[in-house]
Amino acid sequence: MTLSTRPGTAAPASRPDPPAPRRRPRRTWFPYLILLPAVVLEVLIHIIPMVTGFWMSFVELTKFFIRRWTEAPFAGLENYRIAVDLNTPVGQELLSSFLVTLGFTILVVGLSWGLGMAAAVALQRPFRGRGVFRTLFLIPYALPLYAAVITWNFLLQRDTGVINHILVEQLGLFEDAPFWLIGDNAFISVVVVAVWRMWPFAFLMFMAGLQSIPGELYEASAMDGATPLRQWRAVTLPMLAPVNQTMLLVMFLWVFNDFNTPYILFGTAQPPAGDLISFHIYNASFLSWDFGVGSAMSVLLLLFLLVVSLLYLYFTQWRKESSHA
Amino acid sequence: MRRRTLLSAAPLAAVTAAGLAACGSGSGGGGSNDSPDSLTYWASNQGTSLENDKEVLTPVLEKFTEETGIEVSLEVIGWSDLQTRIQTAITSGQGPDVLNIGNTWGVSLQATGGLLELGDAEFEALGGRDRYVPAALATGGAVDTDPTSIPLYGLAYGMYYNVQMFEDAGIEPPTTWEEMVEAAKALTDPDKDVYGMSLAAGSYTENNHFAFINATQNGASLNSPDGKPTFTEDGVVDGILRYLDLMQEHKVVNPSNAQFDNGTKSVTAFANKQAAMIINQNNANATIESQGMTPEEFKAVPFPAPADAVDDCASHLAGINLAAMADTDNRDGALAFMKFMTSPETQAELGKPFASLPVLVDGEPTFTDDTEQAEMFMEIYAERSAPLPLVPWEDQFETTVGQAMNSMFAKIATGGTVTREDVVTAMQTAQDSIRA
Amino acid sequence: MRETLGEKIFRTVVLVGLGLFVLLPLYVMITTSLKPLGDVQAGFSWLPSRVTFGPFIEMWSTVPLARYFMNSLVVTSVATLCSVVVAIFAAYAVSRWRFRGRTPFMTTVLSTQMFPGVLFLLPLYLIFVNIDTTFGIPLVGTRIGLIITYLTFSLPFSIWMLAGYFDGIPRELDQAGKVDGAGNLTILLRIILPAARPGIVAVAIYAFMTAWGEVLFASVLTTEDTRTLAVGLRQYATQTNVYWNQVLAASIAVSIPVVVGFLMMQKNFVAGLTAGAVK
Repeated sequence: MTLSTRPGTAAPASRPDPPAPRRRPRRTWFPYLILLPAVVLEVLIHIIPMVTGFWMSFVELTKFFIRRWTEAPFAGLENYRIAVDLNTPVGQELLSSFLVTLGFTILVVGLSWGLGMAAAVALQRPFRGRGVFRTLFLIPYALPLYAAVITWNFLLQRDTGVINHILVEQLGLFEDAPFWLIGDNAFISVVVVAVWRMWPFAFLMFMAGLQSIPGELYEASAMDGATPLRQWRAVTLPMLAPVNQTMLLVMFLWVFNDFNTPYILFGTAQPPAGDLISFHIYNASFLSWDFGVGSAMSVLLLLFLLVVSLLYLYFTQWRKESSHA
Repeated sequence: MRRRTLLSAAPLAAVTAAGLAACGSGSGGGGSNDSPDSLTYWASNQGTSLENDKEVLTPVLEKFTEETGIEVSLEVIGWSDLQTRIQTAITSGQGPDVLNIGNTWGVSLQATGGLLELGDAEFEALGGRDRYVPAALATGGAVDTDPTSIPLYGLAYGMYYNVQMFEDAGIEPPTTWEEMVEAAKALTDPDKDVYGMSLAAGSYTENNHFAFINATQNGASLNSPDGKPTFTEDGVVDGILRYLDLMQEHKVVNPSNAQFDNGTKSVTAFANKQAAMIINQNNANATIESQGMTPEEFKAVPFPAPADAVDDCASHLAGINLAAMADTDNRDGALAFMKFMTSPETQAELGKPFASLPVLVDGEPTFTDDTEQAEMFMEIYAERSAPLPLVPWEDQFETTVGQAMNSMFAKIATGGTVTREDVVTAMQTAQDSIRA
Repeated sequence: MRETLGEKIFRTVVLVGLGLFVLLPLYVMITTSLKPLGDVQAGFSWLPSRVTFGPFIEMWSTVPLARYFMNSLVVTSVATLCSVVVAIFAAYAVSRWRFRGRTPFMTTVLSTQMFPGVLFLLPLYLIFVNIDTTFGIPLVGTRIGLIITYLTFSLPFSIWMLAGYFDGIPRELDQAGKVDGAGNLTILLRIILPAARPGIVAVAIYAFMTAWGEVLFASVLTTEDTRTLAVGLRQYATQTNVYWNQVLAASIAVSIPVVVGFLMMQKNFVAGLTAGAVK
């Protein structure tokens, strides 16, 4: 799903529980009543499909059974074995897709973080035209995803795209016009497009975070003769830690699950170098009519994300608690 | 605290699992006649746009309603969505009554059991098996089974060439592969951005067709008689390499074509005179003209085979089939509609706007006024075409072999070399991916 | 505090660099939408050989853009509205009552966000079909199905964020209301909602953007009649041609309402987003 990961904020860990009421309230049906619509929808759209997906990963849901899917034979762990068997193309391609996605995620999150931080710091002080830049930088985030990616697809065309026009015809960097949507360059392309979409989000979060840093902190450190770079490390970065903690996790989940960018950028001609895992699973399920193996892959992906998230929360929490001590 | 609570979500999930087993799609073998007054029809995109398809089909459907009193609600589905929509419809048993499928999917879709089986009784309602071109009808199901689809629009590949460019260079249209390569070389001038040929080298759907056609020319088959994939056979590998070599060794194809993910982009290159030849299905006429060429400026000949070819195959048996869903609520209406759509009158009427070949034994082509061209395509369709493997894993063949060829073209275009061993490896990988 | 030269250089480099990065696609998008198709296919040029508004006119007839636009607008608006209302109630419950099942609810809601959307697609479709056949509520191919799906997509985040926001509103205000004899609903309407406006706006923007940009589920859950823009824009690559100028013209047209809306309300969005994390 598109923006399924919640963008940031409300770090469950950093938000204190609501203050306990003075008097323990009587048991009441009211909260359950107003919670009901949300629960029904969550169960219908998220929980039941999730469990169905889990069940699908244990049955042989190929084209021969897809129509009578409740009668599909139980496959035990066979689907998982197929998915991770590195002696077969299916397993090798899944591993390669996983590695591509990992590299993609690290680069996209890292670059978005860096660009977002740079822009937020550059716009920290008031100056003429600040509002213009602020607005401009938010446009990629506001643009509907498909509009943005379709435009990039056009930019990256080999013969009619602006990227090659600049690189080849105007700068003369290449003898032969490079390809951006096939071959190994496809990886660079999908990273650039994803960063273009993602960095304004980091920027937005940092900008808000910076607003809450009291100016006195900077003044005090300036008195001590700190350089801007030192100030950034000693004041800005620590003060942004809570924003960082949530945002990095959210961006990680968001980028790792990215389906739309490769789907719109590459269409049916996805190159191995741009074979992100969500897209890979989609193809494994829908192009090969094998929803059992596709589901097994999804469950593995989910487990991976769960483990990473838990480890991340464990370590960030642990650091926080030990620093409090 | 967070760690513990995140895991406490699991029990909730487990509870809901219990409710699941209850769901399931209804099974209803051969459809019913519960709603005899209406039909839903999913048409594939044949015209210049979805809207254009609608305009063409609406009067035809109205005529059907007039004759039978059955209302037809039409939805035209683009190719990018069609496969997913068919899958979800078959999975759920909820979909149209009658639908279009690419004829190469005929056996794969038959295997799902989601399409209405057409036995003797059904064919009686359709007017008999012998109305249809036998090879076209064969795409409707695996050998020795009752088919689940009938041919609707016939298509065949031809090699289109730019008449003026050939005249200027003093070249005759090629009749063998070797002549085609020579002609292409003579017409290629990279400095002027003109190439002898344009291929949809980034389209896995096009690429797998040419893997098949070139392999067939070599006398090779993609499947063994007992229905197993044989992609690594010499003839298959050589055929694929021969096709790749148009870009790799002979350099008569612009490397940019490795990015052409549908045939339309080749047509654009052809219409803009950046390519002297393209290999396209016969419905390309309208497309080429819509991009600015006059009918006199281009002509087609059969896609040539090498001089020493085992088989003079010039096309796979291309086209669109028509099927009824097994879960239809209007079985008789669906059959009547299928009969209507394949009647000589409707075939003639739709043949022109959709540039399709008649699928009937005695059908007259209407897609072009040029009788010579019409006859040539009819000959390719009837005599020089072979169906793609009639096996349930045909859909997987299209994606695995097609994608492998995409990758090999990409490698060539980006400066790499694809050796015969590389093709063997790629085909072995493709073959290992097939899980029949 | 004076700005050092280093800071000035840093600022200029960052702003110019990022400015170009952001602007380049936007510039190409706009100029290409004003070019004749022949121009676009001939190779890239910075300026159109002649400016034409043709693509902006033709785009309405090449594909039924107006219908897709209406579908997107209806689906997105209703989904947003419902999502916000449902989220407000849920957040109110979570923020003001410590009932049994509260923590499992919140963590379950949150962990659904980790799930790859692809895995949802087929099960969700099957469930919709079963609801249809069992209860006769048509959810596949209708706007309702898409609305329910989208409103749920943005729900977890909305609940989390609003709960955080409501927590920040002093309970003394509730107590004062109670003393005046106000019921739970009155307190929500009269006291909490006015105080939480930025949070609600932020949630609404988020929900709107989520639904407006969704591609995957829209491609399966819609028919020709209910198709949304996200899927519809692909139709410009037809059997006969790829109308690049019209694709980009249509992209601009469908982006403008979202971009303008977002920019107008971005202050609220920022305030709402960071209510929990920054404090």
